[in-house]
Amino acid sequence: MRPILEIQNISKAYKLHRQGGYLSLRDSLVQMLKFEGSKASKERFWALKEINLNVQRGESLGIIGRNGAGKSTLLKILSKITPPTKGQVRARGRVASLLEVGTGFHPELTGRENIFLNGSILGLKKLEIEQKFDEIVDFAGTEAFLDTPLKHYSSGMQLRLAFAVAAHLEPEILVIDEVLAVGDAAFQQKCLGKMNEVSQSGRTILFVSHNMGAIQRLCPRTVVLEQGKLIYEGPTPQAIDQYVRSTKENTQTISLHERKDRVAGGIRFRFTEVHFYVPEVKSPVLAITNGQEARIAIHYDCQNNLLGREVELSVAVYKVSGEFLFACRSDSINQVLTIKKNSGIFTCILPKNPLKEGIYHYNLIAFNKGEILDFVTEAGQFEVNAGDYYGTGKTSAKGRSGVCVPYQWE
Amino acid sequence: MQEQNTDIEYIIEAPSKFSLNIKELWDYRELFYFFTWRDIKVRYKQTLLGFLWAVLQPFMMMVLMTIIFGNALQVESDGIPYPIFVFSGLLLWDIFASGLTGAANSMVSNAQIIKKIYFPRLIIPLSAVLVALFDFLMAFLIYIALLLYFQFEVNLVKLVLFFPLSLLLTVITTFGLGAMLAAFNVKYRDFRYIVPYMIRFLLFVNPIMYSSSIFKSDLAQWLMALNPLAGAINMSRYAFIDKPVDWSLVGVSTISALLLFVLGIYTFRKTEAYFADIA
Repeated sequence: MRPILEIQNISKAYKLHRQGGYLSLRDSLVQMLKFEGSKASKERFWALKEINLNVQRGESLGIIGRNGAGKSTLLKILSKITPPTKGQVRARGRVASLLEVGTGFHPELTGRENIFLNGSILGLKKLEIEQKFDEIVDFAGTEAFLDTPLKHYSSGMQLRLAFAVAAHLEPEILVIDEVLAVGDAAFQQKCLGKMNEVSQSGRTILFVSHNMGAIQRLCPRTVVLEQGKLIYEGPTPQAIDQYVRSTKENTQTISLHERKDRVAGGIRFRFTEVHFYVPEVKSPVLAITNGQEARIAIHYDCQNNLLGREVELSVAVYKVSGEFLFACRSDSINQVLTIKKNSGIFTCILPKNPLKEGIYHYNLIAFNKGEILDFVTEAGQFEVNAGDYYGTGKTSAKGRSGVCVPYQWE
Repeated sequence: MQEQNTDIEYIIEAPSKFSLNIKELWDYRELFYFFTWRDIKVRYKQTLLGFLWAVLQPFMMMVLMTIIFGNALQVESDGIPYPIFVFSGLLLWDIFASGLTGAANSMVSNAQIIKKIYFPRLIIPLSAVLVALFDFLMAFLIYIALLLYFQFEVNLVKLVLFFPLSLLLTVITTFGLGAMLAAFNVKYRDFRYIVPYMIRFLLFVNPIMYSSSIFKSDLAQWLMALNPLAGAINMSRYAFIDKPVDWSLVGVSTISALLLFVLGIYTFRKTEAYFADIA
């Protein structure tokens, strides 16, 4: 059978404007009068470079990559929101795209009215919405508020309503961008279940996510994008491995100090670098060992006005698939850390590293009485070698990253 | 059962040629309805008077203008009672003014949706004009009431012929210009400031509170007819005036309205593919 999507040589360029922001008529007129407009504005940024990809009918395909790798641009091209600069896509089915939940929701309209509006924007016919109305309301669990304006809904309720409408689309090709990044865990589970159901029913799904766990559960095949290029296409576990390796190279090339993608802060206080140490080795190491002592030395710079202030620090450890494992928060153990120098080191000590063999990444957060001083997600990665956590001479089972906990049997 | 649409095949690529794609617009007709319905609903939500506002606004304007221009300044109104005279102008003017403002801002105010979902973009400015038409329908009731109240003699043939024509010319002019300005506005936000001035300026250029017959020269009449809105307002008064119709002026206005309409849609369609990139 012919593939449902044939992506042939797709490239997308954006023009870069020196001044940023939007154009003003004056600038354009001035450029026109100077007869040099074309030269100045020819700076282009290639968001996608020569992507070739076939998607088969009924397939669930994952798309992963770092921020700015071109994932969203690719989805926008497939959803006809923006045209490619070069190349073409041959599509053999109706595409519905879910790049955001609740597109077009209007706060002044009631829940009922928004279901119709949103459904219609997403491409449902009025009749289809009427037929599925009860199902949608049931899925969202908001029947009591159907005639209340949306502005009085909690954000969680709005989200549930939005996803409920989207979940009832029945296109041949469903394009989804990171919509599961929002909402609580229970709701995410519900959504994943629904998406599983959709893929079981023979529809084609293209799914972008940072949540490797979700990708792994939903998509047998995954492509990895990096800087606009497709660098890997194949079975999901290998793709994730490839992605992890490429981000590892990346996190090593961009120093923590230079990172621009900070969630917040980074001005008065800034993490600059992180080193791992193990006993009896003087220099920093790349890998720590399960069951042994590990020291995480966190370097920082800060402004004078923070000298003498207290700071709460946290290292949160995640699996590469995105699942949270644990966090070491200084305030959880009532430890008071005081900033003494403009640039210094705080060290987090794990007396007995519980992490099993594998690759992990971590977030770093610094607070001062509730104010975020610096917050970097995926601040870095480290490897853990197999070790003897329980002191029994046995190493823990291979291939299952996670943590060891102390326990006993009676 | 799911196989019903498998014969669909289309190509997504860089736009190379201009196409109107009426069929696609037709496929999305329900979205017209929903956008228009949303804007009307939202406009009158949480207002005490609701739809009455659509009636009150032109009515108050008519009263004000009648007092100032009709009574105090004794402005010539071609023998038509001044309230009817000015209201016939205001009726069309309001479609133009609110339709144009709505359409010109429509792409920017719906930018969030444009960036996240595909549909024929023309729907957005078009439904902004439809919202203005809804207000017109409300105000039209007052117009009928005025005609009945003044018991003014009307040439029915001319009314049936010229009123729909004037309405049509107003709508296509508004839409053409509105689509053009909407496209410009996405690219250059300067138009956000230009449009309100333009509308204030045009209020006086169009023969709303005065009659176009105050300009005596033929050249002035022709220049006026080139402005399709002025032409439409004049036409809407033909039924009240016992004077032969100058068909060449009607022709000029019709042609210039059609030109604006085509030019507006063309400009819009040419640039719409990139709206999501620059909005």
